[in-house]
Amino acid sequence: MTGETLRNLLMTAWLLPLLGFAIEIFGGFWGSRKSRVAAWLAVACIATGFLCSASALVVWGNATGWRVIAHDEHHGDEHHGDEHHGDEHHGDEHHAADSDAHAAVNMKSRNDQATTIGMEPGNWVTTSVSADGNVADADHSHDAPTVYSGTLYRLATFGGLELTLDYYIDSLTLVMFTMVTFIATCIHLFAIGYMSDELTDEYVDHFAHLSDGHHVHRPGRFYRFFAFLSLFCFSMLGLVLAGNIFQVFIFWELVGICSFLLIGFYTERKSASDAANKAFIMNRVGDFGFLIGLMVLWTFFGTFKFGETTDLSGHVVEAGLFQMLPRSEGGDILLDEVSGEVLIGSMTAPNPENSSRTIPYSLLIVAGLGVFAGCIGKSAQFPLQTWLPDAMEGPTPVSALVHSATMVAAGVYLTGRFYPMFTQEVLLTIAYVGCITLFVAATIAVVATDIKKVLAYSTISQLGYMMLGLGVFGWGAGLFHLVTHAFFKSLMFLCSGSVIHGCHHEQEMPKMGGLRHKMPITAWTMLVGVVAISGLAIPGLVGLSSFFAFSGFHSKDAVVATALAFVEANPAHFLLFIVPLITAGITAFYMFRLWFYTFAGSPRDQHVYDHCHESPAIMTLPLLALSIFAAYCAWGGEQGPLYGLITGDQPAYIAHGIAGSVTLPGHDAVHEVHGTAGILAMLAAFSGTLVAWVLYGAGWINPGEIQKQLSGVHGFLINKWHFDELYDSVFMRPMHIVGKFCAWFDRTIFDGILHGAAKVTVVVSRWDRLFDETVVDGFVNVIGRATHSAGLSLKTIQTGNLRQYVMFIVAGVVALFAVVLTTFPG
Amino acid sequence: MIAGLQAYLLVGAVLFVCGVICMATKRNGIGVLMGVELVLNGANVNFIAFSKYTALGLDAQIFALFVIVLAAAEAAVALAIALNFYNNHLTIDVDKANRLKG
Repeated sequence: MTGETLRNLLMTAWLLPLLGFAIEIFGGFWGSRKSRVAAWLAVACIATGFLCSASALVVWGNATGWRVIAHDEHHGDEHHGDEHHGDEHHGDEHHAADSDAHAAVNMKSRNDQATTIGMEPGNWVTTSVSADGNVADADHSHDAPTVYSGTLYRLATFGGLELTLDYYIDSLTLVMFTMVTFIATCIHLFAIGYMSDELTDEYVDHFAHLSDGHHVHRPGRFYRFFAFLSLFCFSMLGLVLAGNIFQVFIFWELVGICSFLLIGFYTERKSASDAANKAFIMNRVGDFGFLIGLMVLWTFFGTFKFGETTDLSGHVVEAGLFQMLPRSEGGDILLDEVSGEVLIGSMTAPNPENSSRTIPYSLLIVAGLGVFAGCIGKSAQFPLQTWLPDAMEGPTPVSALVHSATMVAAGVYLTGRFYPMFTQEVLLTIAYVGCITLFVAATIAVVATDIKKVLAYSTISQLGYMMLGLGVFGWGAGLFHLVTHAFFKSLMFLCSGSVIHGCHHEQEMPKMGGLRHKMPITAWTMLVGVVAISGLAIPGLVGLSSFFAFSGFHSKDAVVATALAFVEANPAHFLLFIVPLITAGITAFYMFRLWFYTFAGSPRDQHVYDHCHESPAIMTLPLLALSIFAAYCAWGGEQGPLYGLITGDQPAYIAHGIAGSVTLPGHDAVHEVHGTAGILAMLAAFSGTLVAWVLYGAGWINPGEIQKQLSGVHGFLINKWHFDELYDSVFMRPMHIVGKFCAWFDRTIFDGILHGAAKVTVVVSRWDRLFDETVVDGFVNVIGRATHSAGLSLKTIQTGNLRQYVMFIVAGVVALFAVVLTTFPG
Repeated sequence: MIAGLQAYLLVGAVLFVCGVICMATKRNGIGVLMGVELVLNGANVNFIAFSKYTALGLDAQIFALFVIVLAAAEAAVALAIALNFYNNHLTIDVDKANRLKG
């Protein structure tokens, strides 16, 4: 029953935004461009979705006895369950999405409810199965992952290929649902204020110029913005709920098209439409790899589904992808002893058909890399990271929702979701891609002056951290950072939106300064986000440390610790720890640089300062709500409720690590180095903060001087490591040359042939016409004229005189007789 | 004197020629119709004669009956035409009915 309840709740949360989209887009602007109906409808849809998601989380928690949170009892005491508990039942937005409240409450009843975990005899759509029961651990048997999966709707069947809409619900799905819907609700509310200048019949776009130099005047598109936001929420939630990889791909593309629509929202601006195209095309590059991965998977595994399919009586009839790669006790993928290829089979559903099937190890790598290529594109990882900064052309709420908190998180989410299918080589690739990305993006962020561009590069860098975490076997760490980052990055983007809104669309930080006097709420909530992302904390103080350790500290700590454990096991890959450690310092530096630049010091541009103002309550309230979560959603760190929820259903083999040519650290190894990594990361963060304060806060050293000293490096970074130029010369130029050659070839060769053929046709046609006009027409005319003249001459004997006709008859009869008599005499 | 086939044929021929002359000379439409009747009955006389004197037998009489029936039908149609012609032109002079000439 739990499965059905969860399915229905999440389906409601998923489909409501689609309904909202349909009503908003077909309802148009509700009679007046000044109407806010569409916005409130969108908010209602997504807020209801959030309530459904949160309820689903509670239902799931009750069904599992909150084991994922409660297993660590000495931390359960810190949860302050009572202060949040009342809120949750009122359905308040501020209520604890991570459900830490229930930890304390339900711990008492844990033992009673623990018996309800496990196999539930359901029908064929709702089954609770063990997703990764490959390593059975007797001591932790009640920790076996509980997954609810099944089919919602069958789209099509092509031979053996069945395309369905499935659902796959585990704790990660629920956390993602709650996170996405909560952040989306905040951003929807914020956008009502931010987009209010679209509430007009004639919107003047000061950034779009007509050819005669005038600004573009157009009707406001308030309702359309919210329609697109709703569609985006639907796509993102569908992606999270998806129960098979093909469905993921469908919603993957839907998310992509929503991104395209929202980046290009100010479609009259050339920069915006270019950025939309760029984002879409660069995502296609990654999706090409994704498709290749899908083909390999389909060819060898014969199914796209994640989970098992069961019949009415609950027996497994078909294994899902995640059950098809049996792993040994040590966590290694099993190889066939004869051929050396990877065995495909299922531990839970031994199928005689499948038992003899294998997939070459290399192709398993190709499948993994292919799917990861899609994640590279979507999550703006190196080398496809250049689209994300350009995507800042969209309105700021879009940047917050689509390009920091959720859509780019889809790539990380899929990497995490698809984890059981990745081999060690793929994981190492993921780690290095993340490592390169986080460093490159962080260095660019240091020199960026556009407030949104800094945040954009910071997003890329943090996504790199997530990928790195996943790549070094920190499944929980990477996804932990995904969720915490979603909160504090959406917070910071909304703060920057508030600044941009208050400063009348001024985005250049050198023109700001001292804004904390004018916009106190924005400034202090932004500071919460900055502290969170920098990973600052106060060490040593037992009681206060968790109060001052914001979410980013815990999650980044988890990633860095996993990286350190990984490097200790594999010293050859030392860069995977050094680079993120240094980058942690750079992150703190550029984030505090942003804050000092914008909010501290004295105004640099008096005009901007005089005209800026604090945003209305509808924009600051979401900031406050998000800042609470940015600060405390990761309460308790890796022993806390959020981490417990995320890793509640993690693939079972992860906890123990895998020994091999590349040793992947288990949780014990990570735990050993946790203290060291935490201190190192905090030192880096503090030094970065200190440098930022010296340069921009206190102003002891003029940053301009350093810029002059290091003009070469500065120029290199300002030009974003010349990635755009590199792609321009490597891909665009050759493409242009090939294109020009093709154009020349078309014009001369193909057009020549066509023109020659056309000329021959014209000549032939002329001769044909001459033949027609003389011979054919002449013959027909002669016959016609002969008939005509015969008729003319014969008409004279038709006089109309009856008696004359009789005379003709008589003459005829006489003539007939004469002929008969003369011809046949006698 | 026993009348032979030739006598009958002679009567038929006389009737036929009378009818043809009547058709060719009368300008009155009803007169022309009467000529037609004479021609048809001349033919009938021939049929009956062939019925008696040749192997045609009853077949010829059947033909004669057909001719009588057809003549009645023809007369009905033709008289209707004549009446309509009179309604339109106040005359039944067939020489006036030449508007369909070529």
